[in-house]
Amino acid sequence: MSEDHLDELGWWRKYIFSVDHKVIGLQYGLTALSFLLLGFMLMILMRWQLAYPGEVIPWLTFVLIFIFIGFTIIYLAGKSRPYLALNSLIFFGIAGLIWYFTTGEERLPGGIMLPEFYNQLGAMHGTIMVFLGVVPLAVGAFGNYILPLQIGAPDMAFPRLNMASYWVYFIGGTLMIISFFLPGGAAQSGWTSYSPLADINTGQTMWLIAMLFVIMSSLLGAINFIVTTVQLRAEGLTWFRLPFFVWTQFITAFLLLLAFPSLQIGAIMQLLDRVAGASFFIPAGIIQGGKVLEYAGGGNPLLWQHLFWFLAHPEVYVLILPAIGIITEVVTNNSRKPLWGYPAMVYSLFIVGFLSFVVYAHHMFITGMGTAVATWFQTTTMIISIPSVVFLAVLVFTLWGGSIRFTTPMLFALAWIPMFGIGGLTGLPLGLAPPDIHLHDTYYVIGHFHYVVAPGSIIAFFAGLYYWFPKICGHKLNDTLGKIHFWGTLIGMNLVFAPMLVQGMAGMSRRLYDGGMEYDHVQPVMFLNEWMTWGAWMIGIFQIFFILNMVLTLRKKSPSEENPWEATTLEWATASPPLAHGNFETEPVVYHPPYEYNVLVNGHNEPYVPQHKKVEIRD
Amino acid sequence: MEIPFTVTERPDTGLTNPKFGIWLFLASEVMLFGSLFSSYIILRIGSPVAPHILAWPIQSQELNVMIGAINTAVLIASSVTMILSWAALKEQQFKKFKLYMGLTIVLAVLFLALKIWLEYLPKIHHGHVMSSNTFFAMYYLMTGLHGLHILGGIAVNAYFWGPGSKMWQSNPEQFTNRIEIAGLYWHFVDLVWIFLFPTLYLL
Repeated sequence: MSEDHLDELGWWRKYIFSVDHKVIGLQYGLTALSFLLLGFMLMILMRWQLAYPGEVIPWLTFVLIFIFIGFTIIYLAGKSRPYLALNSLIFFGIAGLIWYFTTGEERLPGGIMLPEFYNQLGAMHGTIMVFLGVVPLAVGAFGNYILPLQIGAPDMAFPRLNMASYWVYFIGGTLMIISFFLPGGAAQSGWTSYSPLADINTGQTMWLIAMLFVIMSSLLGAINFIVTTVQLRAEGLTWFRLPFFVWTQFITAFLLLLAFPSLQIGAIMQLLDRVAGASFFIPAGIIQGGKVLEYAGGGNPLLWQHLFWFLAHPEVYVLILPAIGIITEVVTNNSRKPLWGYPAMVYSLFIVGFLSFVVYAHHMFITGMGTAVATWFQTTTMIISIPSVVFLAVLVFTLWGGSIRFTTPMLFALAWIPMFGIGGLTGLPLGLAPPDIHLHDTYYVIGHFHYVVAPGSIIAFFAGLYYWFPKICGHKLNDTLGKIHFWGTLIGMNLVFAPMLVQGMAGMSRRLYDGGMEYDHVQPVMFLNEWMTWGAWMIGIFQIFFILNMVLTLRKKSPSEENPWEATTLEWATASPPLAHGNFETEPVVYHPPYEYNVLVNGHNEPYVPQHKKVEIRD
Repeated sequence: MEIPFTVTERPDTGLTNPKFGIWLFLASEVMLFGSLFSSYIILRIGSPVAPHILAWPIQSQELNVMIGAINTAVLIASSVTMILSWAALKEQQFKKFKLYMGLTIVLAVLFLALKIWLEYLPKIHHGHVMSSNTFFAMYYLMTGLHGLHILGGIAVNAYFWGPGSKMWQSNPEQFTNRIEIAGLYWHFVDLVWIFLFPTLYLL
């Protein structure tokens, strides 16, 4: 196909059913950010209920805030960039959804939340955040947009497959939202959907069907990423010259490829339990509402947990590895120093990737597994923390002696290091069976994994968004607004998640719709529920600065900045945004490792040497 | 814009993109059926011993071993014709390709027909369905998922036999590669049955 022919593509082929990895990456990004906002909104409703159980939720305030943001975007878009106004649809959509919640007798009658609806919010918050928000943002958006550019490829290896994986994900996400509107509502058995509860609870069928689409999308995407990385690297871009972000995406794709099929089977089996009356996960004699259910029995509820966690533990690394990749790029670029231990990072990545498949049953210590089995999983869990610490150590050593620039992405990256540290270290007690038996199913677990995925993954994605925004749109995001956004988000997140650890150690159980009012032993920590609600509001309010920042920056019409961060990797070797077809004007050739900052060239110090620049470097 | 290494091999990896892609897809399929076989093992060894109502039945008495054996032969034969169709393209004999690919499709349809009319329908007629017991649930799930893979293979092969074969005129090398990839998938589906047959019918 010639260039001229492609330029003639209609609007639909160019912006909606595009096969260009950059457009697909943006589609993924916008969809995933919308899902993150929706998942966040569900959480705000839950946190309000926990802080003020049984009281009326100020739903009208929520609706008005979202409508106000929507109109602000339309106003800011103005006549100069009318298509930006389309983004307001996301905010009107969420406003409409909250309004819808208050209409039904089984959800929020009069603004007072019913326990069943709290369960729906809990299950859907987890599902949306993990499967429809963070993974598509990490892999679908960042991977799709940045990976082909960083390896100097014209596109992904299978562009049409790429488009298919986005649209399959889109269908899955849409089905997930539709499930709120079905009789019986959305799934309410938690994002883990443990059997046999999930086999008999309402709302689960649609969840399973939607999940099958989401899984299919990830599998197609994973094949594409691996083939692209192996086959389409530019000339001279040997394995150990790959930017570390590419490595993380490469290993992540393997985790998706090999772990997701087990949940696929699990989901099909649970679906058959529900629609065909099979009893894969149902033992004989299950009693519901005083009646014995009509199932043949003979199934094994623990089988579901095995199938689920065989996916869901590698999934944790799918959430965190791309984040580590982004942070590595940002930290190296802003310390103006080569990455301190590149090979150690790569080998650690391989070890993490492999070990993540053999630690999964540490989620199941309370199922009554034998000592021998528990020992195996405790040991591997302790071993997997070693490469994770290597990542953090390497990043700190990279900072050591660097000329650090405190840009907005760097602030996020610097905050990420201790935040991920807290997330990882609070996981150690959960990886050992004796303390886990005490802490299991308490708020401590919630605090731990939220520290990993919220200040861990999401802070890293913010760093990535600020870092690559000039690549995607031609202009840096505003620094002042960015710093306000950073501090508000960081403090808000800690205000929400640190109290969870305290409450959990005091013994507060998770999944209680009234925040644990009825239990004497958690009364001393009940006041924290209110703090956490303030923290959640704080996070929400400071995201408005981020949204406004994006809209305001997109309005700029001045010429774009080619390489504003003075970075060395290949994505900066082309225009910003990159050429619509083929990314690069000429195929780039690579001469250097990825992070050559402040190196000696011909006897004098060179601030940075791009990978594609042919000069001789001497250490 | 052309994506490199769609038809020709990348020198340092020795692979074309689609060939690498199908191997990765098959790796994922191994995990899919691996999870399924593992579930089968867990459910079977977890079932109580014989006089118990939930005991695992003696499989060879429940299923039609003869039809299963015939189907095994049918599927192996289709694998052979599949590879012959690819070899025919390598020898530039398009008519021979049409013949062997046609045979592959016919054998695959025969497999599904035997499966449905001589196994599924009589079983369902006798009231053996998914809700009967865990063995039948597992039987329908495993053979059903395999059957869906056969159906997908028939669709792909029929496309290459019919409208897709026009590519032989414009780009014979890429068309030959496509048949090779379809063949890799087909052999995998065949291989799954080689494991399914003894697991479900004989053991």
